[in-house]
Amino acid sequence: MSAKQTRSSARTVFAGLLRHQIMIPIAALLLLTLFNLILDRSFFSVTLAHNASGDPVLQGNLISILDNGSELAILAIGMTLVTAASGGQDISVGACIAVSGSAILRVLCGTDPHPETMQTSIFAAFLVGCFAAMMCGAFNGALVAFFRLQPMVATLILFTAGRSIAAWFNNNQLPFISDPSFGYYGGYIPGIPIPTPALIALICFIVIWAALKFTNLGLYVQSVGINEKTSRLNGLNPALIKLAVYIILGLCVGVCGLIKVSRNSTINYSVIAKDIEMDAILAVALGGNALSGGKFSMSASILGAYVLQFLTTTLYKMEIQSTAISAYKAVVVIILVVCSAPAVREKASRLMNKLRMRRQSGSTA
Amino acid sequence: MSKTGTLTRKKPFGLLGNLSDTNLLTSITVIVFVIMYLFAIFGLGEGFSKPQTLFNIMNANAALIILSCGLTLVMISGGIDISVGGVTALVSMCCAVHLDYHDGNVFTAMLIALGIGLAFGLVQGYLIAYLEIQPFIVTLAGMFFARGLTTIVHTQPFNVEHAGFKALKDTRIPVPGLGSYNRHGAYIGAHVEIGVIVALLIVALMFFALKWTKQGRNFYAVGGNRQSALMLGVNVRRTTFTAHLLCGLLAGIGGFVYFMHVGSGSPSHASGEEMNAIASSIIGGTMLTGGVGNVIGTLFGVLSLSLIKSIVSSIGLDQAWWKDITVAAMLCLFLIIQSIIVAYRKRVNLSSAAKKSG
Repeated sequence: MSAKQTRSSARTVFAGLLRHQIMIPIAALLLLTLFNLILDRSFFSVTLAHNASGDPVLQGNLISILDNGSELAILAIGMTLVTAASGGQDISVGACIAVSGSAILRVLCGTDPHPETMQTSIFAAFLVGCFAAMMCGAFNGALVAFFRLQPMVATLILFTAGRSIAAWFNNNQLPFISDPSFGYYGGYIPGIPIPTPALIALICFIVIWAALKFTNLGLYVQSVGINEKTSRLNGLNPALIKLAVYIILGLCVGVCGLIKVSRNSTINYSVIAKDIEMDAILAVALGGNALSGGKFSMSASILGAYVLQFLTTTLYKMEIQSTAISAYKAVVVIILVVCSAPAVREKASRLMNKLRMRRQSGSTA
Repeated sequence: MSKTGTLTRKKPFGLLGNLSDTNLLTSITVIVFVIMYLFAIFGLGEGFSKPQTLFNIMNANAALIILSCGLTLVMISGGIDISVGGVTALVSMCCAVHLDYHDGNVFTAMLIALGIGLAFGLVQGYLIAYLEIQPFIVTLAGMFFARGLTTIVHTQPFNVEHAGFKALKDTRIPVPGLGSYNRHGAYIGAHVEIGVIVALLIVALMFFALKWTKQGRNFYAVGGNRQSALMLGVNVRRTTFTAHLLCGLLAGIGGFVYFMHVGSGSPSHASGEEMNAIASSIIGGTMLTGGVGNVIGTLFGVLSLSLIKSIVSSIGLDQAWWKDITVAAMLCLFLIIQSIIVAYRKRVNLSSAAKKSG
């Protein structure tokens, strides 16, 4: 192989990487990093401090991104699968987090909203919360898979009712758990300086990576998303696969529910996980996945979730009002999607070609 | 056949066969609304038998009717717009600030409302139709932008004290012949707000435009099947653009009507209104897949939603959560009915086609 050939093959590999969808979140991440480097270099400093109970904890903006972005990243896993298989999004995840969080607190508190000790083990409560969330997922999934409703419409039902159901579980009271061990899941486990949500998210990533690597889940989901009829002719059951991805999303929601209620030790039905469904969908879109279903890249989605959290933290750092943040976020998102839109990229590449042609003709002349 | 059943129709056999999907779903909504209203009149008595109750429901929901009309249009053409609630909040905040802090007058406030709506429609329509970005993402960003901008314009909620606007807000239009007599036998006239007239005008206008103009039929064609519409010579991009533009404009008008009803500006105004509008459109028989829908159905969808809310509270289930749960249950019921009917008709169509060929 001549040197020229090697160079050209290297170039195609590089070009292929550039065209890969994970480049969209990576480019966004690089831009944000650059922006922060120019603005304030101390953004990236990580220090070891001690919290109120004297345990060592890592602090810094990067850690807070890892910490606060974990719910979003966990949701992005389920949302990617749902998007890929059913060609639509679940907009009820925020409300379902309220349901599962409320179920967890109900089990832990029993009848007394402010118990001295927890009634059951946290693990049992967590299982109940997951079960509640998975039932919500199964409900959505059944509507999508068997009644053939569009996912956004089907999940609109729980989006409307979810927070009310959550309030109903606890008779609209605000249960509070004072036991410090309940706060471990949204804070720090004594002795481990890394925030627990980030660790939980890491476990979720490993599980989903293993599931995609060693089972046919990814293949089946993509084939159902790309062409439902063909996958049925090939012996898959599209309805069952759709139902399964919604239940998987339910599981992700249950995990997020535990983290969310553990952060505050209590629940506010109308505020908990508000607008998180929109962020989760954005994370999937930022990862370059088609929202109309089909092929997906899980790592790009997860990266997209952290990019979104990075953006939010950056905006907070610039001392923008928390209520006005959404406006800036919208502008950034629009810029990102416009840049990654196929129509725009096509135009840009045509323009590049024209420029190159002109330069070539100029050099030969 | 089922999706673009409104374009050309060769009638299939079987029950309900001689209605297009649009008309069928609309009639279900209207029938359910009438049954619910009759139940309310005979089962719950007094309050509901007065026409003013219906007018009050309309007063409170005039803005929602207009927003839902815009959404119906976008949904018929196969898209979605979830920025309408945010635009409503932005419009009412801008108008409120304009009237109270900048000594504006009502006419310029209206122009501002229309301008904001048009601007959102233009940008979103361009991004969706010509740059082919998913409508959900574009309008989601639109919603975030509008909500964020509302708090940038002004953070605190406040009531508008502008005299000219207050006069407009308190204007009531009497409805002749539909008043009622109170306990002492005195006649109390029925009346509606200006917003209701605007909303009904828009519904009528859109109904005619969608049914009998070329542009109106184009929306159905594009929503039913983009590819076929393109082959039939419909300018698909321009049609999509127009749908989003009109939806933005209607969101501006709806925002002003909302502002006229509440008379205040607040960042939390109209929160969740986009989902209410989508739910109303769906209950009114519009399908998110596009190509099926009708603004008359949407009107009844809005009315049914708020009627069930008032029925629930007058039955005595007044804990806060019952309202949302019943609305969701109703939505669920409608969706399942729609899905079953559509599946049934598809089967009838298929079997009749098989009979013909065999």
